[in-house]
Amino acid sequence: MNLKNQKDFFSGLLFMAIGVSFAWSASRYTIGSAAKMGPGYFPLLLGALLTVLGGVLVYKALVFETEDGGRIGAWAWRPVGFVVLANLVFGVMIGGLSWVGIPPMGLVLAIFALTVLAAKAGSAFRWKEVLVLAGVLALGSYLTFIVLLKLQLAIWPAFASA
Amino acid sequence: MDLFSNLALGFGVALTPLNLLYALVGCVLGTLIGVLPGIGPVATIAMLLPATYALPPVSALIMLAGIYYGAQYGGSTTAILVNLPGESSSVMTCIDGYQMARQGRAGPALAAAGLGSFFAGCVGTLILAAFAPSLTALAFQFGPAEYFSLMVLGMIGAVVMASGSLLKAIAMVVLGLLLGLVGTDVNSGVARFAFDIPELSDGIGFVAIAMGVFGYGEIISNLATPEHAREVFTRKVHGLWPTKQDFKDMTPAVLRGTALGSVLGVLPGGGALLASFASYALEKKIKSKPGEVPFGQGNIRGVAAPESANNAGAQTSFIPMLTLGIPPNAVMALMVGAMTIHNIQPGPQVMSSNPELFWGLIASMWIGNLMLVVLNLPLIGVWIKLLSVPYRWLFPAIVLFCAIGVYTTNNSTWDIWMVGVFGVLGYVFIKLGMEPAPLLLGFILGPVMEENLRRALLFSRGDWSVFLTRPLSAGLLLATVLLLALVLVPAVKRKREEAFVED
Repeated sequence: MNLKNQKDFFSGLLFMAIGVSFAWSASRYTIGSAAKMGPGYFPLLLGALLTVLGGVLVYKALVFETEDGGRIGAWAWRPVGFVVLANLVFGVMIGGLSWVGIPPMGLVLAIFALTVLAAKAGSAFRWKEVLVLAGVLALGSYLTFIVLLKLQLAIWPAFASA
Repeated sequence: MDLFSNLALGFGVALTPLNLLYALVGCVLGTLIGVLPGIGPVATIAMLLPATYALPPVSALIMLAGIYYGAQYGGSTTAILVNLPGESSSVMTCIDGYQMARQGRAGPALAAAGLGSFFAGCVGTLILAAFAPSLTALAFQFGPAEYFSLMVLGMIGAVVMASGSLLKAIAMVVLGLLLGLVGTDVNSGVARFAFDIPELSDGIGFVAIAMGVFGYGEIISNLATPEHAREVFTRKVHGLWPTKQDFKDMTPAVLRGTALGSVLGVLPGGGALLASFASYALEKKIKSKPGEVPFGQGNIRGVAAPESANNAGAQTSFIPMLTLGIPPNAVMALMVGAMTIHNIQPGPQVMSSNPELFWGLIASMWIGNLMLVVLNLPLIGVWIKLLSVPYRWLFPAIVLFCAIGVYTTNNSTWDIWMVGVFGVLGYVFIKLGMEPAPLLLGFILGPVMEENLRRALLFSRGDWSVFLTRPLSAGLLLATVLLLALVLVPAVKRKREEAFVED
């Protein structure tokens, strides 16, 4: 198959997939009629519309020539992976995961973990620099969120302060 | 005069020490992010929203508004000195502003941008104060059918101004509308698309979407493109004041830019970006006087006009948001969200039910503009220093602020996971050339639009022609069709593509 526009083709597919799944789930709710719209009416309408729009995009991407072929280019797996990982680890450390028995680790450790992991997403990583940055961010966050905004956040792990 | 008593009320609110402080904080933060490339006002406002929960609503909105127009000022500074638009709305300023800086005339360029912006900000604020009451009166005539049509016009208008494919942008609006419907349906109590996850039955947090798509998504995409060396114009900025001739050249340009920007700001999809593009194009069309520097080589009009226009547009884009509750761009969508969080239903009733908020916000904008001129011209050196902060220090901080901010919204880790999910989605959007701003508009308007559609069709007993038989509604839909037709006209289509090439 010859794609004339990669970006449009795949975004069209994405729109179609999302549209179909919304329309399909909406059809399980009461649809009702125009005069008496049920919870499924509007989403079904929008889901169908999104599917059609996605379809037109896919059609155009297959038929109409574009200058550069709308190439998507390489995916940046490293930044995606590390930014999301930093985010996940921060969430686990600050909230804990009760069903696997991970206790909350407190703000400071979570910030250090996030900073180190997020910094790994970049191209230049220097331990010393990253640790200083994490320290500054931890101090800054402590001052802003705990001292100034008075948020109820644990600063250290529960087992350490108990 | 009503206008004066209203403004007096507004200044009474805006001039309290607390609100002055928040206006200042907003302006400084706005300038900061305007100067720093790689982070825009949408991500910043989303990041700071959680921090404003504890504030009174007026102070919160004053600060958030300050970030928005502060970013226009900051963006122009880097555009002129580094040839790097800090904000998309200062793209046009780069062209002549940087040339002026290279000729050693950075000072006059910065002064022209600052003074032009200040003048435009004053006019924009006055227009907002003068026209908001009458528009509000009009809005009270609106029934559900009119509101629905108005929202259609607003969203199509926003899409027309988006860069890139029109079809994709419309699809993004629809996707946003759908995401906005996730959660408990107010009418039937059914938890839609919640998959039995209790957190989803409250809907998707719009802070999570905005942070994920505009914060994480942009970070990932910035990291994917290698950091290119910036040529920072650190040569001493001397002779700040423009010459007499400069003033003579820039004054009409400022006036034209202000007028054009004020009009374009009100239009759906308008705001700072469109205003600056249009006014630069207008200046180029106007015949140059003999002996004037050609455009693209450091003409002061090429700095003064787009800078006045983007600031005027930034101010007047508050009009549809404040009077109708309909956000014309992504930043205003966030403001609507901020109002909702503070239990203020955006719409025409805000002016009568919360007059202190309404007029206080307007008055604070004028004060904020004054602060920006006073702050920025002497502090230019400081802002330039900031440019040397490497991105590798900046982005972990942004990731952190997003994560903490979203966590403290509900003290639940669920929102952190959502930011992660939308961060990945945001990167996919960028890679596939899908504009994220229309998504945010759709997301905010989704439930409102459904409610108005439901009511309109309920009153008409299911007859869809109600949207065409009511004259106001028909007029709004006609405007939508005309707008779409206009963009699809080949000549305009080409122009639109050209205009966004420099983006």
